[in-house]
Amino acid sequence: MGRSLKKGPFVDQKLLNKIDKMNDSGEKRPIKTWSRRSMITPDFVGHTFLVHNGKDFITVYVSENMVGHKLGEFSPTRKFVSHGGMGKK
Amino acid sequence: MARLLGIEIPNEKRIEASLPYIYGIGPSGARKILEQAEIDPNIRTGELSDEQLSQIIHIVNSNGILIEGDLRREIQANMKRLQQINCYRGILHRRGMPVRGQRTKTNARTRKGGKRTVGVERNPNAKKGKV
Repeated sequence: MGRSLKKGPFVDQKLLNKIDKMNDSGEKRPIKTWSRRSMITPDFVGHTFLVHNGKDFITVYVSENMVGHKLGEFSPTRKFVSHGGMGKK
Repeated sequence: MARLLGIEIPNEKRIEASLPYIYGIGPSGARKILEQAEIDPNIRTGELSDEQLSQIIHIVNSNGILIEGDLRREIQANMKRLQQINCYRGILHRRGMPVRGQRTKTNARTRKGGKRTVGVERNPNAKKGKV
């Protein structure tokens, strides 16, 4: 089931404050965040995030198409494994 | 064979069963269209009058029901968007894996394709007798 429209998109308050501050001052600096659960709102566009995936921080540059997705969708938590062939070693 | 909405030509079946031959119209969609057109779903497709056929076409067009090429194009565009923004669902599409959280330890053969045997090939340079 989807989230109630009444509440609006969920964004961690801390992250929202940071973005508001950066938008006000017009500066652009990568934001390091653990908040994978935050929805990307139009305010985020053009900023760069370093989204934690449990191990590293993945650089995510937010473009217009990403609005409505969550930050975590862009920072994979699993490593795709495949069987190695002769050439790989 | 009756021609409906450009390419589609199902006939000899009840109209309710013929409409789902069109890509984008399923059993329930067909029932809804016929209900709106006030056509008996049990009539054979070939026995429909021209008026009734144009009524069906009109409903499909005016209700914004995407069919055939338009629908396929939209699905492609959605997939392309997901792949282009590099989100998790896009990555799974790219790798040909199931996208909606299904298990992949076993099964998932529809998406992954036929069975492929995997394993490590033995290094031909390895010394004989040493395992």
